[in-house]
Amino acid sequence: MAYGPHTPADREHMLAALGMSSVDELFADIAPELRASPLRLDPPEAEQDLMARLGTLAARNRVGLASFLGAGAYRHFAPPLVDQLLLRGEWYTAYTPYQPEVSQGTLQSIYEYESLIAELTGLDVVSASHYDGAAATAEGALMTCRATGRTRVLVSRAIHPHYRETLRTYMSGAGLTVEELPVVADGPAAGTVDLAALERLLADAEGAGPVAGVLAGQPNFLGLLEPMAEIGRLAHAAGALFVAVVEPVSLGVLAPPGSYGADIAAGEGQPLGIALQYGGPYLGVLACTDALVRQIPGRLVGLTTDVDGKRAFVMTLQAREQHIRREKAASNICTNQALLALAASVWLASLGPHGLRDVAAMGAARAAELEGVLAEAGAPRLHPGPYLNEFVVRVPNAAVVHRRLLDRGVVAGLVLADALPDQPELADGLLVCATETTSRDEIELFGWALGEELAGAADPGASSGADSGAANLTGAAR
Amino acid sequence: MVPTDLRYTKDHEWVRLDGDQATIGVTDFAANQLGDVVFVDLPAVGRSVDQFATFGVVESVKAVSDLFAPLGGEVVEVNGELTGKPELVNSDPFGAGWMIKLRVADAGQVGQLLDPSAYERLVAES
Amino acid sequence: MTVAGPRLQPTLFELSKAGRGGGKVAHPPAGALDRIPPAQRRQTPPGLPELSEPEVVRHYVNLSQLNYAIDTGFYPLGSCTMKWNPKVNEWAARLPGFANLHPMSPDDVAQGTLQLLWELEQMLLEITGMTAMTLQPAAGAHGELTGVLMIRAYHAARGDLDRSEILVPDSAHGTNPATASMAGLRTVSIKAAPDGGLDIDAFRAAIGPRTAAVMITNPSTLGLFESRIGGLLDLVHGAGGLAYMDGANLNAILGRFKPGEAGFDVMHINTHKTFSTPHGGGGPGAGPVGVGPKLEPYLPAPRVLREPDGTFRLERPGERPTSIGRMRSFVGSTGVLVRAYAYLRTHGASGLREVTDDAVLAANYLKQRLTESGAYDIPFKSVCKHEFIASASSIKRRTGIRTLDIAKRLLDKGFHAPTVYFPLTVDEAMLIEPTETESVETLDAFAAALIEIAHEAETDPEAIHAAPHDTPVRRLDEVAAARNPNLRWRPATGDWTPCPD
Repeated sequence: MAYGPHTPADREHMLAALGMSSVDELFADIAPELRASPLRLDPPEAEQDLMARLGTLAARNRVGLASFLGAGAYRHFAPPLVDQLLLRGEWYTAYTPYQPEVSQGTLQSIYEYESLIAELTGLDVVSASHYDGAAATAEGALMTCRATGRTRVLVSRAIHPHYRETLRTYMSGAGLTVEELPVVADGPAAGTVDLAALERLLADAEGAGPVAGVLAGQPNFLGLLEPMAEIGRLAHAAGALFVAVVEPVSLGVLAPPGSYGADIAAGEGQPLGIALQYGGPYLGVLACTDALVRQIPGRLVGLTTDVDGKRAFVMTLQAREQHIRREKAASNICTNQALLALAASVWLASLGPHGLRDVAAMGAARAAELEGVLAEAGAPRLHPGPYLNEFVVRVPNAAVVHRRLLDRGVVAGLVLADALPDQPELADGLLVCATETTSRDEIELFGWALGEELAGAADPGASSGADSGAANLTGAAR
Repeated sequence: MVPTDLRYTKDHEWVRLDGDQATIGVTDFAANQLGDVVFVDLPAVGRSVDQFATFGVVESVKAVSDLFAPLGGEVVEVNGELTGKPELVNSDPFGAGWMIKLRVADAGQVGQLLDPSAYERLVAES
Repeated sequence: MTVAGPRLQPTLFELSKAGRGGGKVAHPPAGALDRIPPAQRRQTPPGLPELSEPEVVRHYVNLSQLNYAIDTGFYPLGSCTMKWNPKVNEWAARLPGFANLHPMSPDDVAQGTLQLLWELEQMLLEITGMTAMTLQPAAGAHGELTGVLMIRAYHAARGDLDRSEILVPDSAHGTNPATASMAGLRTVSIKAAPDGGLDIDAFRAAIGPRTAAVMITNPSTLGLFESRIGGLLDLVHGAGGLAYMDGANLNAILGRFKPGEAGFDVMHINTHKTFSTPHGGGGPGAGPVGVGPKLEPYLPAPRVLREPDGTFRLERPGERPTSIGRMRSFVGSTGVLVRAYAYLRTHGASGLREVTDDAVLAANYLKQRLTESGAYDIPFKSVCKHEFIASASSIKRRTGIRTLDIAKRLLDKGFHAPTVYFPLTVDEAMLIEPTETESVETLDAFAAALIEIAHEAETDPEAIHAAPHDTPVRRLDEVAAARNPNLRWRPATGDWTPCPD
């Protein structure tokens, strides 16, 4: 066996100690009619062959394209030190710090993570992490119901569709109601929460029941900045709690949720130096005010002392959790994403407050360049309101154009007709994003290729599709 | 020895009835079973509770227990001291560690509670 | 010889000095944020620490040395399967083609990962005997919730709306009843039979038209194969209910027992237990869920599909309306699943059989060593699977030394402690799981340490009571931590003592 230490003599020695001649005797308790049919799997593969196979599979993914995808997962620069530290076995081969005396590394790193996220969000209590942004958002909504004793939450339609779907799954399990909050159709506030509609839903004229929580995204799924303070004020006036669904890198430059009255902040921690990895493992950020500390699910680490008076860290307030409270627990969660919380902490510690600001502001600058280049190519923004580093452009036949740009080496963001089939007003939309890792050459390539496609669409005789991305890149660079 | 002027539930809550006002807490036996109490969750003043219904939760580091109301009624006072000093439940369970006061709806419910000697037997058998 | 040793560390915040750090990312042009309305902007920079690279690295290297880990020693934590985490897995997950793939990539761009996920599903189906699978759940408990929500959807689709109860043995993990509650179902706890196994009569009495499902961990948390499982499956299916298998202990039955073949309708897998993905100080995990034909329509979306032409794609939004929906964003914890795939390819069928055989052999050998010594109570004498229970009940009666003290004393002797006080149904329980990747010499040394502690309990109980002595910190004041929670560093106080308020 690949990783087992036992020699045939070792196995014989152990069997002899048990007075047995065959390991099959250890499975005599499995009744014959329950025994497994033979396992049909490929034979074991030597490490060398395995590495070749994996190399081939990985190479089949086309990750060298000029990508303008964001939509909830963002490529950022990660200094090499982050992954080098993560590869220390003392971190990744330890488990939940059940024995705090020999787990102070993990415990202090989680306490520091809680403190760093508290600084970013302006909220005092930070869970040691959840599965991802969607699950953290759903847990945040459940918190509002427990805290208020109400059963109905309002979620903005401009929150990530995966988050809304996850929220519906979680809420339906618990027998709670989710209602979608419309966004403004046109005018300066287009694409953001419709405050008048929010006020109506909160007033509950139809008798659907008082609202436990209001969820809005900042920036929202379309990249737009929401009037968070106003949303929070309306929610509170109706006795509801306010959940801000945030992107943590943006908090280097945007107002923290605590400053605009959010009771809970939830979001995806992946942008904090964690690789894209086709969706996970990611880092669910969940934070709340002190008043809600007993409602927050997941591990919490606190500061204390040992018997000699030395400062030390320990998991605390565990009576909220499933291993003690069982069917009355706040959640069934028992894992946390400790290794990814560590990655986020190391990343934040490496960049510091000014590095984080630079990352966020550089993304904003690159996005502004992208906006200009795309507009020039014939794809203007769909919404007039302010954005940070992600926005929607209008491209007729967006899915077809997107497909053709792929052949030119460009992933032209996200086709909203596919991602939001229920929002026809966005049917011509491409959601595009830039970060500090987006190069000028990539932006120029996108603009040039899009211009060609749009011109080609106007002139059916023009060719499209087969050109080499590399040649275009060189040709387009100024 | 359990105080003789109180009535008890089989879940180890005590009640002292004074006119229509009942003071409620948990017994020293319950406090010892839980260990060091770290948090007591109590209802808001004005809330009504039914007899034997849950009115709160008491937590130690590694255990948690629901609190059951010995009598039904309306909560007229909660022991705010316990927020900052939950250890009072351990150090003085029958005194400063009291939890809530109720305006009792039906004093006749007392008949369904254990008297001191019955409660003492219950503890002895636990 | 190293003399550095583990050292306690100041926090990042105490190390910080204004003006340190920088040079990692380029400065943006001036005015980059001018188009953000001032009211939406952060007024003051976040209070993050300012540190140079050497300080960051030393901080985390020194902190890491305060941890016990599989890479540093034996970690016999019952029910957690702390087996070796192969290094090639880490290499695989970091291949740029896997690591840098965006989760919203068009299917064309993601063929390598989609193929890997599809092949992984096929391997897991063969191992579990199930017929369909989702790789979406992010952890075992997340898989449980997925499974129980599917059970609910199944009954609801049949108009069978009264099935509101889940029957769970009292030895189950706390996640089982907590999951039932999250899914809006009521837990009915069923006591075990005297031999530790399923009490079929008790189940028969509880199973009825309100039964949504039974939820069984097999082998159980006592380390015993549920020999009466066949009868229970017949009972619950006969009553119209379904059977969930908690796959936490899958490491004990690879190639020996396929839950799907035996009749279970749904199960989850903990890849960080059975398939060697790292525990990561608490996570990430991954919790694939396999189902039989009854539950396939309800699997979360999106599934990974193989087209007739051999290409792969994800289900599109709304493509399968019977789905319970999403359990999280994107497709799943792919980076974890790449590691599990590498492990399965490395082992193949013969290797996986050997994993289970060696894990069960090691557990029985260690149990035999302790039984012979007479040092501990071994409440269940029969053959165990990959883990077993020892108890300090008699030691406590004689000496006052408890399982907690023994666990702490083990730390002094260089071992991680087993799982303690779980399951809840055994007094002074220690749940010991050696796994297949520990040598017979390690097992002997661990047995010797436990036996020595049992002797110390008689001769020098004070030393054990005060243990651990040689760890970076000693026993902690958990009561103070819970009474006055200090859950974040507060720069304003800059205080080294706990609970500054």
